[in-house]
Amino acid sequence: MILHLPLAELEVGQHLYWRIGNLNLHGQVFISSWIVIGALLAVVVLGTRRMERDPKGLQNLLEFLWDYIRDLARDQIGEKAYRDWLPFIGTLFLFIFVSNWGGALIPWKLIHLPSGELGAPTADINTTIALALLVSLAYFYAGLSRKGLRYFEYYVEPTPIMLPFKIVEDFTKPLSLSFRLFGNILADELVVAVLAFLVPLVVPLPAMFLGLFTSAIQALIFATLAAYYIGEAVHESHH
Amino acid sequence: MHSWLLLAEAATPKGGLFDLDATLPLMAVQVVILTFILNALFFRPVGQAVEEREGFISTSRAQAKEKLAQAERLEADLKAQLLEARRQSQSVIVEAEQEVDRLYREALALAQAESNSQRESSRRQVEVQKQQAFAGLDAQAERLGALIVDRLLAV
Repeated sequence: MILHLPLAELEVGQHLYWRIGNLNLHGQVFISSWIVIGALLAVVVLGTRRMERDPKGLQNLLEFLWDYIRDLARDQIGEKAYRDWLPFIGTLFLFIFVSNWGGALIPWKLIHLPSGELGAPTADINTTIALALLVSLAYFYAGLSRKGLRYFEYYVEPTPIMLPFKIVEDFTKPLSLSFRLFGNILADELVVAVLAFLVPLVVPLPAMFLGLFTSAIQALIFATLAAYYIGEAVHESHH
Repeated sequence: MHSWLLLAEAATPKGGLFDLDATLPLMAVQVVILTFILNALFFRPVGQAVEEREGFISTSRAQAKEKLAQAERLEADLKAQLLEARRQSQSVIVEAEQEVDRLYREALALAQAESNSQRESSRRQVEVQKQQAFAGLDAQAERLGALIVDRLLAV
């Protein structure tokens, strides 16, 4: 089955390699992430250029987002510590959300790369592992900076039997975070690509809408879990 | 770098879905930088704006409450004043009515007394004049009687 429709080719696992010294980079991930970050920053800069007490237009949208992220962070982390982590949680949410939706909505196929193809930056395992490891660092740092070495009491609470499980959790948390996001976004792109490959018209549309929904949910899940892990680390148990 | 899983299409030794390389740390650095940029451009200014507005709303609500309480106090005050003024005006009206009544009665009594005295005096005058007239008539009648007697006697 050799079909060569211009918008319906399937490439999986091919990358546009950039070499810096003897390091390999996935160029397509960086290109699309720069586009996504550029769009995000453009909206933010435009929306905060003239801040008014009666918000209009973009400022309204940004304040809604800020409020949404604040509620998320406050619910998960708690009133005392959420302010320090609001920018991190918010950046995770916005970056993942805009990446996911950018991957689904921007017609990347119109830009031809010598190898690989552009798509959501979050459909690359490197990106999601990077984000998940940042979350791990963040909650360790949050716990240690707030409670010092008492942070490690968390591992033996409520009983020391929990110790091995809590240690294993430190590995499963980034693993599940990164693979959940990576798998969902990649699978969504593949489903749409396969459907578009088989039936180029109309049929992929429901899958695309479902993909937008999944993308938003994944961004929310990632940010919520990151906030929850940080909240767990800074939580003071009263006993 | 090492690739763990190669799909059929990826014939080159490089590539694959799980190809981990320097993309990972660079992406992490990029996200950290993005966090600081967004903090400076988005979270801080918007947070300030929202919190300023929340402060503004709560202070203006407190001020409005204070003004409302003041207005209610003033209203009660004014109502009391109004009531007092009404009572005063009522008493003024009653006083004035009584005064008018009194003046009227006085004037009436005065006028009646005057008219009575005038009537009396005119009646006395009439009496005097009547007396005089009667006296005059008597004299004339006497004279006429005397005249008649004279004439008759003379005949």
